[in-house]
Amino acid sequence: MKPLLVLVVAAAAMPLLLPGEFYLAIATQVLVYGLFAVSVNLIAGYCGMVSLGHAAFLGISGYAFALLSVGAGWPIWAATTAALGLTSLTGAMFGLVALRTSGLSFLMITLALGQIVWGIAFRYVDLTNGENGISLPRPDGVLLHGTGLYYLCLAVTAGCMLFVTVLTRSPLGAAMQGVRDQPRRMSTLGYDVWAIRYVSYVLSALLAAASGILYMLTFRFISPHALSLTVSSEAVLMVIAGGLGTTFGPLLGAALVVLLKNVASAYTDRWPTLLGLIFLFIIVVVPEGLLPGARRLLGALKARVVAPDNIGANLTRASRIEGARQ
Amino acid sequence: MISRRQLVAGAGAVLALPSARAIAQAGPIRIGMLTVKSGALAAGGRQMEDGFRLFLSERANRIAGREVAFMVADTGGQPALAKTRAQELVQRAGVHVVVGPVAAFEALAINDYLQEAGVPFLCASAAAEDLTQRRINPWFVRTSSTSAQPCHPLGEYVARDLGYKRVVTIADDFAFGQEQTAGFQRAFVASGGTVVRKLWSPLNVADYGSYIAQIGEPDAVFAAFAGANGLRFLRQYAEYGLKQKIPIIGAMTTVDEGVLHSMGDEALGIVSAGWYSAALPGDANRRFVTELRKETGVDPGFYSAGAYSAGLALENALQNIDGKVEDKQAFMAALRKVEIADDPRGPWRLDSYGNPIQNIYIRKTERKGGRLVNTVVKTYENVSQFWTYNAEAFLSAPVYSRNDPTKL
Repeated sequence: MKPLLVLVVAAAAMPLLLPGEFYLAIATQVLVYGLFAVSVNLIAGYCGMVSLGHAAFLGISGYAFALLSVGAGWPIWAATTAALGLTSLTGAMFGLVALRTSGLSFLMITLALGQIVWGIAFRYVDLTNGENGISLPRPDGVLLHGTGLYYLCLAVTAGCMLFVTVLTRSPLGAAMQGVRDQPRRMSTLGYDVWAIRYVSYVLSALLAAASGILYMLTFRFISPHALSLTVSSEAVLMVIAGGLGTTFGPLLGAALVVLLKNVASAYTDRWPTLLGLIFLFIIVVVPEGLLPGARRLLGALKARVVAPDNIGANLTRASRIEGARQ
Repeated sequence: MISRRQLVAGAGAVLALPSARAIAQAGPIRIGMLTVKSGALAAGGRQMEDGFRLFLSERANRIAGREVAFMVADTGGQPALAKTRAQELVQRAGVHVVVGPVAAFEALAINDYLQEAGVPFLCASAAAEDLTQRRINPWFVRTSSTSAQPCHPLGEYVARDLGYKRVVTIADDFAFGQEQTAGFQRAFVASGGTVVRKLWSPLNVADYGSYIAQIGEPDAVFAAFAGANGLRFLRQYAEYGLKQKIPIIGAMTTVDEGVLHSMGDEALGIVSAGWYSAALPGDANRRFVTELRKETGVDPGFYSAGAYSAGLALENALQNIDGKVEDKQAFMAALRKVEIADDPRGPWRLDSYGNPIQNIYIRKTERKGGRLVNTVVKTYENVSQFWTYNAEAFLSAPVYSRNDPTKL
């Protein structure tokens, strides 16, 4: 629990630790994209379904929030509830279509659904203002300053991560992981594989919707770019880079991508190449993702430090977890 | 784990920052440019940077007697990233003015932020109509034009001078192409022409064949493309054998000098309209073109000229306030009153909305001295973004789009 405590304290003290508003804005972005990656991880990591259309949920939620709060003048809480509800409903409908398939076909169907939503955002100019996008006016109250926004994003993201952790340790979560590893056996055992997948897909859409509202509050501007395939695939990359099916992996992956995009690009024009090289490095050296990979490497290092005949007795906690997973 | 002492030291450093900034006030004029160095828009971004750097090197890196610190940030052509980069320039680098960005959607994504931060925003490229129309930011001025500004006179010229009555339009299916087409359509129809059909091709379409096949037999085709799309469309149009049958009318960027050097015979004879041509007479332009050709090897176009003008505008404003860029209100007021007499493009001044009133040139692509140039055949002087229309009536109508002014 100790590293977790350090992490929580560090996250809470972040506005004090960072030397300026700009860095806090970057930290806030890490949380927003981190939550989005967590939503992708819920279905990809725990339920074995990789989606390439998840930006659609982020976008629907963001657009709904913007249109209802600016266009229709709803109060923030009402717009938030409606955006979450609408996106979950869309997720429930998309799930009916997408979950007729699995594996590669699921990937393609979600890609198609994502592109449909992108097309609507792009073409339905009367509603979405097309490529010119929708701006959110400056909020008042606690969100006026970067610190307030940071803590809001921290609270929501941490809450959602806690929710995912509790979920994955519940019987439903165990069933999800069972469906991921052995769908046929789960079916034989009497589990309704489709229903388990469906529930996790809709829950994942709900989490993506939450990240969409945070996105809107952070960037205060949404255009079809936010729903593009790039955003969807970046989230998948974040999850894979950080560690598929881990609690903090998506957040780590999001931090990696956001920092590279924003910090590395200040030093080199070739940052997309750098991003590609880093992903290549991850795939070659730690194919299971940074977080589990680091644990494995640390475990191997420790095992080498202690005497060889003591290895069995000195199995680190991390490698025991690794063992239990396999 | 961070010790308490380090934490205190860190907090001290944070508190010390404002005073460090106060000292820096006497330092150089800090100019931040938002450009695109990676992805599809990178060519325009590079040309924009070239234009501004040329201006700075001509002035030996000094404006109004003060040193200039110039920094460049890459937005990757993504709105979300553009916002972060703008924040970086303002909060981390503390720039006095932001120049750029390339694309309209980037400008729209950062416009509100720069307005709240109260940072002068000197737009050198992004042509979105609403930036100087329905979404006015008092801190925003533009040195390029609105999308439709050159297309209004072009519409009139095509109907009256060229006498074409039936035109098919084809354009990139994004805001810039839509606004250009709408402006052309409005003025062309008002001058007695008919737009038979409007075709829209996606920005990243691989093949224009299916669109060219739908053109039919009009008097002319109006083509509005940005970047390398103009090059690809014109080449395919010639390959389909239509070039000899139906003439092409181009928007400014379809045959922009930035891509014109990659084109061949397919571009010959195209009539287009723009606020600049590298072939313009006049000493200011000749010098600008010669110097830029030395740097880049090709003629300046839309992006380089717009950025160079941004430099001139900055200089003009700063000279009027003795280089005191720290007085933001006075600086912005001076920037809004900018009047440039010896710009390479010809004289221009800003209207009360922050958009240039400038000459629009009708140009014809010819081959001269072994390279393609846009020879000026007619000049419409002092054209505003509202053309001949009443500004208030113009602004009460919806912004130009696929379906406005007329759906087809």
